[in-house]
Amino acid sequence: MISNEPAITPELIAQHGLKPDEYERILKLIGRVPSFTELGIFSAMWNEHCSYKSSRIHLRTLPTKAPWVIQGPGENAGVIDIGDGLAVVFKMESHNHPSYIEPYQGAATGVGGILRDVFTMGARPIACLNALSFGDPKSPRTRALVAGVVAGIGGYGNSFGVPTVGGEVRFHRRYDGNILVNAMAVGLAAKDKIFYSAASGVGMPIVYLGSKTGRDGIHGATMASAEFGADAEEKRPTVQVGDPFSEKLLLEACLEIMAKGCVIAIQDMGAAGLTCSAVEMGAKGDLGVTLDLDAVPCRETGMSAYEMMLSESQERMLMVLRPEKEKEAEAIFRKWGLDFAIVGETTPTKRFVVRHGDAVMADLPIKELGDEAPLYDRPHVERAKQPVIDAASVVPPMPVAEVLEKLIGAPDLCSKRWVWEQYDHVILGNTVQRPGGDAAVVRINEGPKALALTSDVTPRYCEADPFEGGKQAVAEAYRNISAVGGKPLAITDNLNFGNPERPEIMAQLVGCIRGIGEACKALSFPVVSGNVSLYNETNGRAILPTPTIGGVGLLDEFTKSMTLAFASEGEAIMLIGETHGWLGQSLYLRDTCNREEGAPPPVDLAAEKRNADFVRGLIRDGLVSAVHDISDGGLLVALAEMAIASGIGAVLEAPSRLPAHAFWFGEDQARYVITARNSEPIAQRAKEAGVPFTRLGATGGRALALAGERPLSVDDLKARFERWLPAYMAGAV
Amino acid sequence: MKSAVVVFPGINRERDMTRALKLVSGREPAMVWHADTALPAGTDLVVIPGGFSYGDYLRCGAIAARAPIMDAVRGFAQKGGLVLAVCNGFQIACEAGLLPGVLMRNAQLRFICRDVYLRVERSDTPFTRGYNAGQVIRVPVAHGEGNYIADGETIARLEGGGRVVFRYSSPDGIVDPNWTHNGAMNAIAGIINARGNVLGMMPHPENHVEAAMGRTDGRGLFAGLVDHFKLAA
Repeated sequence: MISNEPAITPELIAQHGLKPDEYERILKLIGRVPSFTELGIFSAMWNEHCSYKSSRIHLRTLPTKAPWVIQGPGENAGVIDIGDGLAVVFKMESHNHPSYIEPYQGAATGVGGILRDVFTMGARPIACLNALSFGDPKSPRTRALVAGVVAGIGGYGNSFGVPTVGGEVRFHRRYDGNILVNAMAVGLAAKDKIFYSAASGVGMPIVYLGSKTGRDGIHGATMASAEFGADAEEKRPTVQVGDPFSEKLLLEACLEIMAKGCVIAIQDMGAAGLTCSAVEMGAKGDLGVTLDLDAVPCRETGMSAYEMMLSESQERMLMVLRPEKEKEAEAIFRKWGLDFAIVGETTPTKRFVVRHGDAVMADLPIKELGDEAPLYDRPHVERAKQPVIDAASVVPPMPVAEVLEKLIGAPDLCSKRWVWEQYDHVILGNTVQRPGGDAAVVRINEGPKALALTSDVTPRYCEADPFEGGKQAVAEAYRNISAVGGKPLAITDNLNFGNPERPEIMAQLVGCIRGIGEACKALSFPVVSGNVSLYNETNGRAILPTPTIGGVGLLDEFTKSMTLAFASEGEAIMLIGETHGWLGQSLYLRDTCNREEGAPPPVDLAAEKRNADFVRGLIRDGLVSAVHDISDGGLLVALAEMAIASGIGAVLEAPSRLPAHAFWFGEDQARYVITARNSEPIAQRAKEAGVPFTRLGATGGRALALAGERPLSVDDLKARFERWLPAYMAGAV
Repeated sequence: MKSAVVVFPGINRERDMTRALKLVSGREPAMVWHADTALPAGTDLVVIPGGFSYGDYLRCGAIAARAPIMDAVRGFAQKGGLVLAVCNGFQIACEAGLLPGVLMRNAQLRFICRDVYLRVERSDTPFTRGYNAGQVIRVPVAHGEGNYIADGETIARLEGGGRVVFRYSSPDGIVDPNWTHNGAMNAIAGIINARGNVLGMMPHPENHVEAAMGRTDGRGLFAGLVDHFKLAA
């Protein structure tokens, strides 16, 4: 079609990540050889990230419906009803590879992208969370990656003006060379003012909003160097550069034109920028789209159609405008100093036509670009199950007191204050519970309602048993929300795995999705949005399977939200849930016995539901003074965290026939520590509800005093808890 | 108390500030856009809130200090009008010549968000009359550039004139480098101009004004201002 575009060769096709059979499919679909621009468009639409070609048939099995779900997966973000005419819009998305290449900008634009997904739907962002997985602290790049990613997340979120209220940080050698940066954004909208991406009406103007288009983030920028375009300009690196200032302006401008009724459909330009957004708007609306690239605001001169269609420049939106509101919308964008250009229109043809200069650079069937993307049912072969480890067979290498001192100061369990103090977590004035608790609590407007927000997954469980690990990730999110008094409503899932073309990796993906689905069904905790990130490998070694679960729950009264710190001295400490002393895949086994092995703890979903309902009831009725979910590290770690948060000690006993190390450090699921001034009514209720209930001792003093162990000073534990991360980042450990 | 909140593009704590002003004064503040050239008639108090004006891509506050509305703000201050400048507002006020000195990057070169303790140095200003001198309040900070620096002569003038009104301290009011998270000279958290009608401070009193949210230590600042204008009326 176009003279100065490169010829389509097998090499060029391979460089675009298209397999020979996928290219055959393109030929069949359009009946001719694609132009260079068209090849770029196909590669953008048919890559794993946009098409979900390896995961789609499995994702379909997830439960996505509930009476409170307004919008499930398939839009920019999920939407749930929280009453009072309000809706919560949320999603989590990965930015793994860019964050490894350029940690600050990679992480920053990850935050920017997910914020855009949320405000595109008409919601004002009210909170962010981040789940970060780094390599071994001893690996040479880890320190610089932590510093860069954290600064990038803070740099974007702080400037944009959204509180970053929670998340996770873990370290494991399997993330060496492939860190994970999963960003979640949560927004608030009027229930009847949600905006979607499906275009409607023929001949409607398509408007380009936001920042200008540059050469940043062009997919496959390694190719197409001097031979295309007359001026052989240097190609920018493939990582985009974030501009939170522009994003803040874009937010305000978008919400303003939405409030004025100017918008028919809107879609943010994320991965594959202009291509993906335009195709999606047309295809969803059963319409064609014609784009005129001469009208696209560009940051640099001489950009080709190929570059414009594949640029991933940030802070841009595409919108279908009500024609009669054009002047009004333009004035609003000009006021905010943002670009506003009519770059095309909707057509009845169902074709995606791209014009540049006098030439037609692409003319493709729009529905097929998305719907006819390859769909794979890749072979999956599960690894043999790991044996259940008998706690009695594990010889304790050190006394219980020493184990606690070690675990509480270890990279995975120590305080992450160094991280979250770099995030503005109080802006907007609604943060009821700041980072460091089971779930963050964020008030809705002036209250009384609030959201409970958490992100969870235990990758080593998923590695050992994908199905149980998938269940556990959902169950832990459910538990964390319940522990602050929230009713769990829905999740977003961010599935991070290795290469799906390897059957053992595919089995991890399939197993985790099955586990997530089963837990979501049993707990009435549907999936409303998500993201899949595959090919997370370096030198043929995959990351630990990491299906991060972002959970959202609702509190009717924010003033009743429960915290984990011991409230006062002389209170009863109780354990809810059953303890079998499960040591397989525990941190105890890994960090003190150097054994990362065994079957992970099984998840009894009925018990999860029953125990969570019970705990939530106690909180609602004001019967408890502190609640903490038991997770990584087990019961004694949970108790130590409650002591450290309050400065109050405890006298504890182990009323169990289990070996002490199994009782204190086993990672059995569905458990909580609770405290109360008066334990009798709780014991009575537990009996009636059939909930396992154990008295553990009482709060008091300035030490954790365990029968048969030396007392552990709370001040000393706190010092250990706070020491490692700042010392590590300063290069002192 | 009739207040006007100045909004530059990139400012992001204007909602926190207007909520606090409304809560304590009972009156909705006027929002003034950076491109405006005049303040609403009858304005008692001008507030420059926190954020990242124009992205703070140049020196913090440098561009905002040259925005059209700032001539009106300077004129208002010259006539003795009260100006409260918080966080990015403080940086803007320094850049605009309303206050001396400059806010450099935090000593540890990282953004810091946490609750800090402030010792209120004097209670005889319109901004601090809601507190007692020597009282310690707990309010959050959230900034990457809050490290107050000025030349020796300026610092001497500020200290000599009793113009340091908030100082970072320990919970019991001891000034100590360990409690000065950003490395500010003389633990300076907030200063007033010579005339005493412009206050610049890094911490965010507007984020601690509601009992239901846990703390009300910031309320005294706004309540004191309301009293000041009541007495003046």
